[in-house]
Amino acid sequence: MEPILNFLSTPIVEGFFSASMRLAIPIMLAAIGGIFNERAGLSNIGMEGFMILGSLFGFVIAYATGSIWISIAAVIVIGAIQGLIMGYFEITLKVNQVVFGITMNLFCVGLTSFLYRIIFGVGNSPRIDPLPTLSIPVLSKIPLIGPLFFQQTILAYITYLIVIITAIFFSRTAWGLNFISSGENPEAAETLGVDVILTRYIAIVISGILCTVGGAFLSTAATGLFVQNMTAGRGYIALAILVIGRRNPWGVFGAALLFGAADALQLRTQLFSFKIPYQFLVMLPYVLCMVVMILFSRTSSAPAALGEPYERGGKKE
Amino acid sequence: MDNTTNTRQDNKAEARLIMEGITVNYGDFVANDNVNLVVYPGQIKALLGENGAGKTTLMKVLAGLLHPEGGRIIVDGQEVSIDSPQDSQRLGIGMVHQHFMLIPKLTVAQNICIGLKSTGYPFPDVRKVEEELSELSEQYNLLVDPKAIVSTLSIGTQQRVEILKALYRGAKILILDEPTSILTPQETAGLFDIIHFLTKRGNSVIFISHKLNEVMEISDRITVLRQGHVTAELAKQETTERQLAILMVGREFQTEKHLKPVPENAKELVCLDNITYIDHRKVSVLNGINLTVKAGEIHSIAGVDGNGQVELASILSGLLHQTKGKFTLNGKDLSKASPKERLQAGLAHIPSDRHKYGMILDLSMEDNFIIEGSEREPVSHRGILQKDAITSFSENLVKDYDIRCKSVKQKASTLSGGNQQKLVLARELSRNPIFVLAMQPAHGLDVGATEFVHKKLIEQRNAGSAVLLISTELDEVFDLSDRISVIYEGRILATIKREEATRENIGLLMTGKTNG
Repeated sequence: MEPILNFLSTPIVEGFFSASMRLAIPIMLAAIGGIFNERAGLSNIGMEGFMILGSLFGFVIAYATGSIWISIAAVIVIGAIQGLIMGYFEITLKVNQVVFGITMNLFCVGLTSFLYRIIFGVGNSPRIDPLPTLSIPVLSKIPLIGPLFFQQTILAYITYLIVIITAIFFSRTAWGLNFISSGENPEAAETLGVDVILTRYIAIVISGILCTVGGAFLSTAATGLFVQNMTAGRGYIALAILVIGRRNPWGVFGAALLFGAADALQLRTQLFSFKIPYQFLVMLPYVLCMVVMILFSRTSSAPAALGEPYERGGKKE
Repeated sequence: MDNTTNTRQDNKAEARLIMEGITVNYGDFVANDNVNLVVYPGQIKALLGENGAGKTTLMKVLAGLLHPEGGRIIVDGQEVSIDSPQDSQRLGIGMVHQHFMLIPKLTVAQNICIGLKSTGYPFPDVRKVEEELSELSEQYNLLVDPKAIVSTLSIGTQQRVEILKALYRGAKILILDEPTSILTPQETAGLFDIIHFLTKRGNSVIFISHKLNEVMEISDRITVLRQGHVTAELAKQETTERQLAILMVGREFQTEKHLKPVPENAKELVCLDNITYIDHRKVSVLNGINLTVKAGEIHSIAGVDGNGQVELASILSGLLHQTKGKFTLNGKDLSKASPKERLQAGLAHIPSDRHKYGMILDLSMEDNFIIEGSEREPVSHRGILQKDAITSFSENLVKDYDIRCKSVKQKASTLSGGNQQKLVLARELSRNPIFVLAMQPAHGLDVGATEFVHKKLIEQRNAGSAVLLISTELDEVFDLSDRISVIYEGRILATIKREEATRENIGLLMTGKTNG
């Protein structure tokens, strides 16, 4: 027992566990957002776009004001507005949700690079002080669990809370039932007095906020700087995590953590000079994602009306 | 059954529901024209009419899904305006839709809680609802487990959940829209018991149907709708099935039999030899089906839904591969043939789910007509589609099969159900098939369209084709068949000549009793 405990409390191992959660949080936030819109019957392929916008604005506003809290508040507003825009296209105009999501991603990656160059010019990014790590007394001293869960920034603790609230929301509340019925059988929901259109708008706004805050976490809490295309596909990974986690908050929590651990592992492996080209190590989390997807492919849990626009009053028979 | 409901008809003050002069327009189309309907407490009122006669439209007005252009609605003596489903619910009107309004992934109790703040807001007390449901279901003789996930329940049970949902929400007038169309005969009998039970407790039931025998069996009074008008309002005792049919269709329709018998030495065109199918769950769905269909014969497979009929039809059309067994058509072994090879060998397939397997709804009628033969002359020439030839080919079919449409360029989805089925028939039979495989060909069709489909099948028979009819409707089986086989749990229990068959013995066989 003793040698194991000693091994677990070496700085390298503790660092690995703490980094696993840190790398998982942005994806977790976005994927939890995805639970809201997907269970209400709406796709959000544009998570990558929401995240990169959150990264840039989170960084810029924190840099300008010196306060990460103001920047997070602003990012929430930006995410809500972007969610409303997406809702207008997907719910009201009923455009193809996949095409619109991809367009949103391409647009946002381009827009953020453009804005970044206007603001900071070409060259190295300035730095801000990232959110400090807040170790919870006593709990953070537990081997393994301590560094994993309780040596994190405050945004991580808020994320745990969001996971719990989301789980209660979908399993215990009337609102959760409204969301689920809008995603499974919108006609039925409407006959029971659920406003499907409003429910879906609320869903995409929540999703937008969680995705942009997830993006902001990358620049303000994890690194303290912004680089072009810094989300590097994490929005797409969040989509995969959503499916692997079966659109269940705890499933998403676990799946995101698994990805974070793989990511942390590959970063650390790069430091040792193994004779493996680092590109292969970078692939590791993505390969893991694919393998898990294959293992879970049989048990799909997609809402029945996912991606189908809802027409009030129904189609004529 | 009881005469009290019939003697009360003059006293409108006691009426639970009065609809007066209801008019609904869809653009230029008048769906309901000055329609009147009166329902009393404890009464079973049938609303009879063909598809498109305006029954569902009228009920959508009651359910608060449509607002009428004219007319008034009186509930329990008060004139009311129903602007939303919630208004309707508050007035004690509960609707059981033809397509269930349930969320399959949730439990029965959770389904009841949706949109109902009185169950607790924002935290519905699901456990309390479960208890209340148990009580309610006992009180009304509706056996349902409130904790069950809806998707695990049978269709009949899901329907009971819908009724329970309406009752829980305080419904005193229960509208059942074509409730028997998806039920087995046994489940239908169970539903009728429930309806009688409900009305004995003072609830009113509006029973929407186009099935004459059911309407005659269950209702106290009958309102007949045709093309948006009420053509009659009668007590059951005053009328007959025949009279109702004329009122509903507007003319007398015939169920004439195909007279000339099948010659003894007719060639056996279709032979199924020991067809066996074990599905992915390792369940043996078909257990050695042996069957023949002769030239110029209609051979029916009767049976309750879910005894292997879907799998058998899929295997014969090539959509599914049998685990073992042999299928020959006119001496040619098609056991491993692709669907296309089967069509070329002379198979015509009229699937039960026409939307899924019979046509492509988003394509035009023209495209649907040529979809199976798009490479044949004159529709295509050296690989290029010939537009004029396609149009004239399509227009001929529209004329021959009396398909009601504005143009052959319109999408198949814009046709009514009956005309869609005619489209499928026209395409399939235009190839001059030697084997017609028809599964539930009249499913969901009104009397007129059903009659047309049956006429065409008989024409095929008389022209010398082999027709295999898979049906759960005994009326259809007895009207059309030369021979009847009964399928039960993937086995053919017996094959009987039409003249020797009785409804009693076929009905017994359908429930699996071979010597009763």
